[in-house]
Amino acid sequence: MTASTGTGRLQCQSITGDEDVVRVRQLVRAHAVGAKLSLVDQTKLVTAASELARNTLVHGGGGQATVETIDTGIRRGVRIVFSDEGPGIPDVALAMTDGYTSGAGLGLGLGGARRLVDEFDLETAPGVGTTVSVTKWAR
Amino acid sequence: MDRVPILKFGEVLLVTIQVDMQDQMAVQLQSDLGQRIVDTGCHGVIIDITGLDIVDSFVGRTLSTIAAISRVLDAETVVVGMRPAVAITLVELGLSLSGIRTAMNVERGMELLAASAEPVAPPEDSDDALLRTPYSMARMACAENELEIQK
Repeated sequence: MTASTGTGRLQCQSITGDEDVVRVRQLVRAHAVGAKLSLVDQTKLVTAASELARNTLVHGGGGQATVETIDTGIRRGVRIVFSDEGPGIPDVALAMTDGYTSGAGLGLGLGGARRLVDEFDLETAPGVGTTVSVTKWAR
Repeated sequence: MDRVPILKFGEVLLVTIQVDMQDQMAVQLQSDLGQRIVDTGCHGVIIDITGLDIVDSFVGRTLSTIAAISRVLDAETVVVGMRPAVAITLVELGLSLSGIRTAMNVERGMELLAASAEPVAPPEDSDDALLRTPYSMARMACAENELEIQK
C-alpha cells in the first residue's frame, strides 16, 4: 500500500511472520537511502527497525509498520510507526531496561532501539496494544 | 526456506552469509553447523558476514551461540568481514559479542585458526625418546614386515 501525504512517501507493511521482519528492514533501508541518511545512520535505523518489528511479531502477536520519509523543508528523515493490538507492556520502565526480557531474547530490543534513533515514543495499554514511533534525521 | 551453505575448506568450515536472513534461517544454521562439525571433525569455523548490512540482537545472539556450541564440540569460531557501520551499531545497541573471535577477512581468519591449531612442540632432546617408544617401534616393525610381504 502506498499513499502520498504532505510530508512524503508513506508505506505500510504488515508483520505476521519472520519474512515480514526482513521486508520491514528492506523497506526502511529504501526510505533511509532516499532521505540521504549516512551509511552509519541507515544501519542504525534499519537495526532499530529490525528489533522493533520482531517485538511487534513476538510480543504483540503481529501488527504493522508504517514507514514514512519526512521532509520539513529544513531537514529530512525517516519515521517508522510500529503498532500491534497485543497484550501491551505492563511496566514500560522495566521493559526499557537493558537486559530485562519477558521472553527468550537478550532484552536489548527496546532500550537498544531507543539508543539507535533520534526520537522514540512508546504508547502502550494493557489489553489494548502497543505503538512505538521512531524517527531518524539526516545530518 | 533457503539454507546458509557450509563449505569445507581443508580443516575449516566456511560459512558465508550472503542474504538478509530470516530468524528461522539463523536458527537452522546453528543446528546445521553443529552437525557438520561432528560429521567432518573440523576444528575451525569461519563465519563471513561481509554480506550482512545489519547485525541485530537476534543475529548477534545466534553468532554467540554458534561460537559456544562449536567450542563444546572442540572447534574454534572466527567471525570475519564485519562492516564498520555494523560494528558501530552493534556497540551502540549494547551487544559486545563476547566470546567471539573476530578477524578482518577470511584470510586473516584462516591464519588465526592455523595459529591456534599449532600443536605444542615437545622439547628437542626428547625427540629420540619419543620415536623409540615400544608402540612406535612396534609400528615400524609392522611397516617393515608389510614391505617385505609386498616384495
